[in-house]
Amino acid sequence: MSMATAKAQITERENYLNKEYGIGSWLLTTDHKRIALLYLISITFFFFIGGFFALLIRLELLTPAGDLVQADTYNKLFTMHGMVMVFFFLIPSIPAVLGNFLVPLMIGAKDLAFPRINLLSWYLYIIGGIMMTHCMLTGGVDTGWTFYVPYSIGTNTKFVEAGLAIFVAGFSSILTGLNFVVTIHRMRAPGMTWSRLPLFIWAHYATSIIQLLGTPVIAITILLVAAERVLHLGIFDPKLGGDPVLFQHLFWFYSHPAVYIMILPSMGVVSEVIACYARKRPFGYAFIALSSIAIAVFGFLVWAHHLFVAGISIYAALVFSMLSYAVAVPSAVKVFNWTATLYKGSIHYDAPMLYMFGFIGLFTMGGLTGLFLAALGIDVHVTDTYFVIAHFHYIMVGGAVMGYLGGMHFWWPKISGKLYPEGWAKLAALVVFIGFNLTFFPQFVLGYLGMPRRYWDYSHMPEFQVLNVLSTAGATILGVGYLLPMMYFLWSMRYGKPAAENPWNAAGLEWKTASPPPTFNFDTEPVVTWEAYNYEELDAPQIQEVPVGR
Amino acid sequence: MAGNVDALFIFLLIVSGMMSLLIFVCIIIFATKYRYRRGVPAEQIEGSTALEVTWTAIPFGVFMVIFVWGAVVYFQERTPPRDSTEVYLVAKQWMWKMEHAEGQRELNELHVPVGRDVKMIMTSQDVIHSFFVPAFRIKQDVLPGRYTTAWFRATKPGTYHLFCAEYCGTRHSGMIGSIIVMEPGQYEAWVNGGPSGPLSVTGEKIFSELGCGTCHRADGTGRGPNLRDVFGKPVLLEDGRTVVADENYLRESIVDPGAKIVNGYKPIMPTFQGLVSEEQLNALIAYVKSLSGKSEAAPNKVTQNAPPRNDGQANGQQVQ
Amino acid sequence: MADSSIAVQNAHGEAQNPALLHHFAEPEQQRNAASLGMWVFLGTEVMFFGGLFVSYLVYRLWYFGDFGAASKTLNVKLGATNTAFLICSSLTVVLAVWAAQTARRTLLLVSLGLTLLLGLAFLGIKGIEYHDKFVEHHVPGASFSFEHEKIPGHPDHYANAQHAQIYFALYFIMTGLHALHMIVGIGIFLWLFTMAWKGRFTPEYNTPVEIGGLYWHFVDIIWIYLFPLLYLIDQHP
Repeated sequence: MSMATAKAQITERENYLNKEYGIGSWLLTTDHKRIALLYLISITFFFFIGGFFALLIRLELLTPAGDLVQADTYNKLFTMHGMVMVFFFLIPSIPAVLGNFLVPLMIGAKDLAFPRINLLSWYLYIIGGIMMTHCMLTGGVDTGWTFYVPYSIGTNTKFVEAGLAIFVAGFSSILTGLNFVVTIHRMRAPGMTWSRLPLFIWAHYATSIIQLLGTPVIAITILLVAAERVLHLGIFDPKLGGDPVLFQHLFWFYSHPAVYIMILPSMGVVSEVIACYARKRPFGYAFIALSSIAIAVFGFLVWAHHLFVAGISIYAALVFSMLSYAVAVPSAVKVFNWTATLYKGSIHYDAPMLYMFGFIGLFTMGGLTGLFLAALGIDVHVTDTYFVIAHFHYIMVGGAVMGYLGGMHFWWPKISGKLYPEGWAKLAALVVFIGFNLTFFPQFVLGYLGMPRRYWDYSHMPEFQVLNVLSTAGATILGVGYLLPMMYFLWSMRYGKPAAENPWNAAGLEWKTASPPPTFNFDTEPVVTWEAYNYEELDAPQIQEVPVGR
Repeated sequence: MAGNVDALFIFLLIVSGMMSLLIFVCIIIFATKYRYRRGVPAEQIEGSTALEVTWTAIPFGVFMVIFVWGAVVYFQERTPPRDSTEVYLVAKQWMWKMEHAEGQRELNELHVPVGRDVKMIMTSQDVIHSFFVPAFRIKQDVLPGRYTTAWFRATKPGTYHLFCAEYCGTRHSGMIGSIIVMEPGQYEAWVNGGPSGPLSVTGEKIFSELGCGTCHRADGTGRGPNLRDVFGKPVLLEDGRTVVADENYLRESIVDPGAKIVNGYKPIMPTFQGLVSEEQLNALIAYVKSLSGKSEAAPNKVTQNAPPRNDGQANGQQVQ
Repeated sequence: MADSSIAVQNAHGEAQNPALLHHFAEPEQQRNAASLGMWVFLGTEVMFFGGLFVSYLVYRLWYFGDFGAASKTLNVKLGATNTAFLICSSLTVVLAVWAAQTARRTLLLVSLGLTLLLGLAFLGIKGIEYHDKFVEHHVPGASFSFEHEKIPGHPDHYANAQHAQIYFALYFIMTGLHALHMIVGIGIFLWLFTMAWKGRFTPEYNTPVEIGGLYWHFVDIIWIYLFPLLYLIDQHP
């Protein structure tokens, strides 16, 4: 697909897409923009694999009886859905695609600090992905993505291979985070002070910190489980004196902050896009930036709220419940600030902005239901039910994926040099929003009524069927909503109108270079003399009014 | 408990409903009122520290109210009343094995009388399971190698779902059962219908079969500690620590006797790990507990129990 | 890859440094980036070992006496010798960095060589210790055996073999990962030695020695924690 784009632009100026041709120029590239595209292709592949599993899960649950697939198959389906979506789509999604593409551009650098390590992290991701795919094709694994011991020690499915796939992909995530931290610290253009950094960069900085400090812990945990399986050491096996709850602590020490790896970059996208389409500097820039850091820090202190019924002390539960409310505050602050940004703005309703409205709506609902789960007395009832499923899908799909799609639309002209079809994009935003709510809202109700998660068969509880049918219906709509953007993005690469340097008249250094940018990003090294989000200057009448949109 | 959980749930629905209403109404008003108009530029506003402090402090205050309320409910859920009837539960892939202190054994079904506090003492034979009765709003993971407890008091006769809520393998979704809540009279009939003796009697039999009594002598002259009136009391260990002799301590003392030696005794007891099944362990513990004054509720106490209480149910779930 | 060759003709036409990569404005920026990168990487390494230290802490508290009994079977003399080797190697690494910065080629080569030797000696002794444990059936798994070992201070109290096995599992995983880091470190220092032999390091360009040294120090520090936790927990005068 890159070749098609390149041909269409053969007469245009040299850019990162048409500078070199051939498979080698892509597979051995150290250009952060090309690596971003490699990631885009690979995570899209895994997104649709994971989505396919989700669809099968929903189809199985259409009827109460376990009649579409076998119980073991169903268990593998939700395991693979979770593992693929979490480790091979959500965690790399925005950082590895948009972050990779935009971090150097936004701070005025020629590339990330370590371009070869950047390429290495893509290869690690691919090696992990190949292992995961191989594992799926040769029987799969049925532990659930949380692979709790001692079940994961005893199961006769291929946990070791899946675990090692996640282990390798984890190092890809660590190296991306390392690259971002060093790049943001050391590679900023002259004049790009910390207080002038786009909020997208602040969000990625916070994300990187979590990737760096959290991922190694899951890596060692996976190693220990794999060793336990093979050698029977006793570290996690209660039959040999080990503690299964210790595993849960180590697992969630990473996997809770991992939620913030998924949502923080999305929040960064929201800050950029809302500022552009409200034509305003974001309300409370410093507070939005600091709340990202606060989320990263507090995010590490709340892991045991996944363990309220796991057998931990009630006093530990108290502390973790309170800290969980503390981490909710910075998220709320962000939502308030985005809302206030709209006040006295000049708001345009382009497709990326529609995605942002969707994000705020879904993220608010996801966040507020988090308050339910953090309340100890309620968590006991709703944990491990569909209430939790609905809650984290509102955050990770409603929030993170909405932000990702909105960001893809917003920066697509920069990435591809082409404009996407606006009408279709608006339609897709609407379809995704409706489909999403129809899929997951009924699950809140199901959860409160008591339907446990990971149930293949609910024929003894036929009262749950109506809500499950609604959910499955929503999932098909959602599936269409996700296919649409992929199709019109591909279409636009060949047939889309060429994009100008700055089609949205947006602030930010990435819009001050060609679309698509040249290999080293800027023809002359940028020197920043203005504050971030200088929409007042961009819209000032003497510079002649440029209509936003097309 | 269901009433308390539902009350907090409704409070949270109202709070979060108001918060989202506030946000969504603001967004809708701003988005329509300040939509793009040619020649009307956006007004640049830097921000407002006062506002930021306000919308940090107020939500935090509200959150703390929820937190305290949630904690209170949680403490109720986690603290069984002292005179609860005890039911021992052993979970395994994929079934629930239950044994009343009175001795009745059940599989995937649990009969309880209305209005009685029931304490579940649970352990697993293989992987982690989770004891979940949605109607009672209780859930507790069941772990291998240790006891966890949960309690409930049913307030209306009927049959309620029991689910395994922690994924445990192929037939996880088949690991379901029923809690059958009966009127006290019916329950008594049910209890008397089956062949059984109290669990502690079974335990006493195992106790003597294994020869435990040769060391744990009732007169205190044995090589092991006297077990009378031990349960629920603090025990001084040889390393100076003090532990409360709860179910988990008794369990550990049987399967790993060297772990916590009672002050003044030698670590000579062999381990019984693998020699006694989970059910036998439960019986032994029930026996040791029966030696401590407050024996487990005898069957004839059933009718004397408190009448069913109805806690103003919120959503029609007629259980406490 | 191709980057370094492009660097020679960078757009600004400044004084060319063949080691300056194209995307950096000046050598100082490149040096700072590399150094920060290594520090950040070491931060992740701390968390990597952190998971193991937490597991160790939990089981040490649970199985206090059994861990003591298991620890007694380690060879403290060999462990102490290894500790001394690593502390000395940290000194030679510091000397190597200083030699590179001050253009003392002989000292640089000697220091790097000594570091390598000390690292290899460490691994050799570690190998002997592993061999001893293997012979004694203290390697966790099917052949593990830990019968009739007394708990220190409790002459009539035998250690629980399963709990001792957890100790040895942690011992082998922690020292094994540490040894793996040592092997990587030796690889890095072999490369540094080759580059130093070719005279690539100058007072202007010696970042690889510096960040390689950072890595080596980190691996040493991990051992400084492992040694008392694994060898010395039950040594009494």
